[in-house]
Amino acid sequence: MKKNTIYTIAAIFILFILVFIANNTLDSYILRILNLCAIYTVLGLSMNLINGFTGLFSLGHAGFMAVGAYVTALLTMPVAVKQMNFFLKPIIPFLENIVWPFLPSLIFAGIISAIIAFLVGAPVLRLKGDYLAIATLGFGEIIRVVFTNTQSITNGALGLKSIPTTTNLWWSFGTAVFTIFIMVSLINSSYGRAFKSIREDEVAAESMGISLFKHKVLSFAIGAFFAGIGGGLLGNLIGAIDPLMFRFTMTYNILLIIVLGGMGSVTGTVISAFIVTISQEVLRFLDEAMIPGVPALPGLRMVVFSILLMAVVLFFRHGLMGTREFSWDKLRIFLKKPLAKGGNK
Amino acid sequence: MTLELFLQHLANGISLGSLYALIAIGYTMVYGILRLINFAHGDIFMMAVYFAFFGFVTFGMPWYVSFIVAIALTGILGITVETLAYRPIREAPRISILISSIGASYLLENLAIVIFGGRPKTFPQIAMFTDMVQIGNVHIQKLSFLIPVITLALLFVLMYLINKTKSGMAMRAVSKDFETAKIMGVDVNRTISFTFGLGSLLAAVGGIMWGLKFPSILPLMGVMPGIKCFIAAVIGGIGNTMGAVIGGFILGIGEILLVAFLPALSGYRDAFSFILLILILLFKPTGIMGEKISEKV
Amino acid sequence: MMNVLKTDNITMQFGGLTAVKEFNLELNKGEIVALIGPNGAGKTTAFNMITGVYTPTKGKVLLNKKVTVEEKETYEQKDITGLRPDQITGLGIARTFQNIRLFKDLSVLDNVLIANHLRIKSNVFEAIFKLPRYKREEKQIVEKSMSLLENVGLAEHKDEKSSSLPYGQQRRLEIARALATDPQILLLDEPAAGMNPKESDDLTVFIKKIRDEFDLTVFLIEHHMQVVMGISDRIYVLDYGVTIAKGNPYEIQNNQRVIEAYLGVDEDA
Repeated sequence: MKKNTIYTIAAIFILFILVFIANNTLDSYILRILNLCAIYTVLGLSMNLINGFTGLFSLGHAGFMAVGAYVTALLTMPVAVKQMNFFLKPIIPFLENIVWPFLPSLIFAGIISAIIAFLVGAPVLRLKGDYLAIATLGFGEIIRVVFTNTQSITNGALGLKSIPTTTNLWWSFGTAVFTIFIMVSLINSSYGRAFKSIREDEVAAESMGISLFKHKVLSFAIGAFFAGIGGGLLGNLIGAIDPLMFRFTMTYNILLIIVLGGMGSVTGTVISAFIVTISQEVLRFLDEAMIPGVPALPGLRMVVFSILLMAVVLFFRHGLMGTREFSWDKLRIFLKKPLAKGGNK
Repeated sequence: MTLELFLQHLANGISLGSLYALIAIGYTMVYGILRLINFAHGDIFMMAVYFAFFGFVTFGMPWYVSFIVAIALTGILGITVETLAYRPIREAPRISILISSIGASYLLENLAIVIFGGRPKTFPQIAMFTDMVQIGNVHIQKLSFLIPVITLALLFVLMYLINKTKSGMAMRAVSKDFETAKIMGVDVNRTISFTFGLGSLLAAVGGIMWGLKFPSILPLMGVMPGIKCFIAAVIGGIGNTMGAVIGGFILGIGEILLVAFLPALSGYRDAFSFILLILILLFKPTGIMGEKISEKV
Repeated sequence: MMNVLKTDNITMQFGGLTAVKEFNLELNKGEIVALIGPNGAGKTTAFNMITGVYTPTKGKVLLNKKVTVEEKETYEQKDITGLRPDQITGLGIARTFQNIRLFKDLSVLDNVLIANHLRIKSNVFEAIFKLPRYKREEKQIVEKSMSLLENVGLAEHKDEKSSSLPYGQQRRLEIARALATDPQILLLDEPAAGMNPKESDDLTVFIKKIRDEFDLTVFLIEHHMQVVMGISDRIYVLDYGVTIAKGNPYEIQNNQRVIEAYLGVDEDA
């Protein structure tokens, strides 16, 4: 077996041990943050596939997350909880009695998101650049508005509460690791190269035999699949969802993550998801009263983040990693450097 | 549906359409010149409303002063956004510019939340505008007449500016061919600033009239109108000023009539614009007044 | 002479402007045919109509495709007018671009690998989970791409960013990339642009070599008269979208109308 594979397996093993320890020792606040980090990793990677690697301006990601979240919630909620939620208007009978375990619910949620992506993508992915951006934004909003108005399926504006909080570190980190593997494998395959060629130069890609439509829809659907799973994990972490959670703001947060990390880099997205999620918590103090006598400025935290995004876009356009990726070889070279320069080791 | 009710709805639709038109013009002019969706435009509209509010309520200026000051400040804000968020990266790849646009919008929204507070405020109701008049059995707000009239007047001025003045010609030149305009001696930076300023001024007037008509103001009040007005500009043919106006009216009147005739679907009133957008993009992407642009390979 | 491609009065109109008027092309197997004419004559537009980037306003493009029917190789005529570029490339027509359209941020090898994608039979699941059929195909296309790179002398640069190559090498990479799609017909848009006389000579030799080695038919747009006259079996001349002459190099060189259209412009003079 190749050396690098051994390192990877070892790293995953160490990760699992860390997760085990964390689960049993850390307090719930920190666990919540770690869960969010992992979930945003999944979400970031799903959006990066579409926007960063294939170069499609898709701004409707929150819509796919919403689909995933609602499907997972509705499938995992016990019958009694459903009845309690749908007090205004009863849930449609078909959904009332279906209760599935977590894993099949998540996978099904991902598949439904992918199907929606296919239906949305078929007409919309023919558009270029800005038009695609607005169209996908539009669809994201349409999905949200539909969810707000379908009282008997989604409980409308009331949202769903008391969703079983089945997401824990094993689920979130496990999914994140799985997603990373799938993404890396996809990106390095012939299909991944086809996606990148579309980003680089659509006209040339088409002339080299790449069917633009087929590959754009493929990228879109795979991205939506993982967005749906991410949405499901999120809903079953927080325990409550409502349509307002899935406004454009949500898409924007993930966009922030992938831009900061470097839009062409899986490594960048992973690192950035952790940094952004943790910082957003750490910087919460900005929203509170800092200097006695000076009143609190709620919202200051998001102002700081907006400025951060602007700064990255204006001055560090390629984000943290640009299009570079982590690899064991590069790490080895990096570690060897100080020793190689005539050191006495 | 009685005649009175229908006329009321129609008046509302025309007012809303006018407001949408004023904001949509800003989008279309900027897109025409820079091929850029100015996501921050809706938030600039929001800022105008707050500027007017503070002028009147906090500083106690008479309404005509606070309105004029607000409009001027908004124009300056628009130019500032261009200078800080768009000019430095004019040569960057499209996606960076798009993200910067979204970033600027987000920044303005969050600044507004911090500075103005997240809770709704009430825009001053100025009797001269908000009083009702009675025509036969129909009660219509004075505003419902004023809005279309002011809009039309502004459009007139705008058309004159674009077609009969040097600055207007510069705008048209830059939107047709950036490089050539530069070579021909047009001060491109000044022209772009002018365009942003003009669009912002129009949005500001729209904003103030919006505040008078819909007095509850919020920091995020510009988001929906912003997106809808961009959609209006696309429907009319992005880059085409007349198109933006037509698009604005279609959207405004359509939205009101939807709520009027299909009250069960009123929850979908926001989705209405998006559905129209998707339809236009699929069947006539260049919009009602648009021209087809082919890419040279 | 076995005809491989024929265009039947193809015309391209953009609104009121007729860019190409009733262009009738015939390409026969193994030929090298050139398309010349002053700038703006409509040459690239003609290319674009053949490769599917534009759909002709009028007329037809007919491909005589080599097919294997019951283990016998025959030719089958197919109307390819209005097909998408990727479909046309799939049928065996490849091209390069006037302004070099490499995948700039991607490596030299990746550029060529991408052009193999259309021949891959594995689906995306097989690719993600590295199933046996995919692994086999990937190995094959890497070998094939490396051999193409060696052919054009770029094998040692395989991991460099394609935009970091010097101009002449970028042009060769574009040709290697086009060859990776397994074409029967190769369309080259100004392959000698920006080259000095020595490089143009090398290019002439190179084009003939790949024509023989890959069993191609070549159709090229070119301004370098030295290259055109040295390499072409036949030449078509366009001016303002209209075909003003066609024939062999000697006939064209002595054609009065051609000389007038060009005012005797020779890039290498």
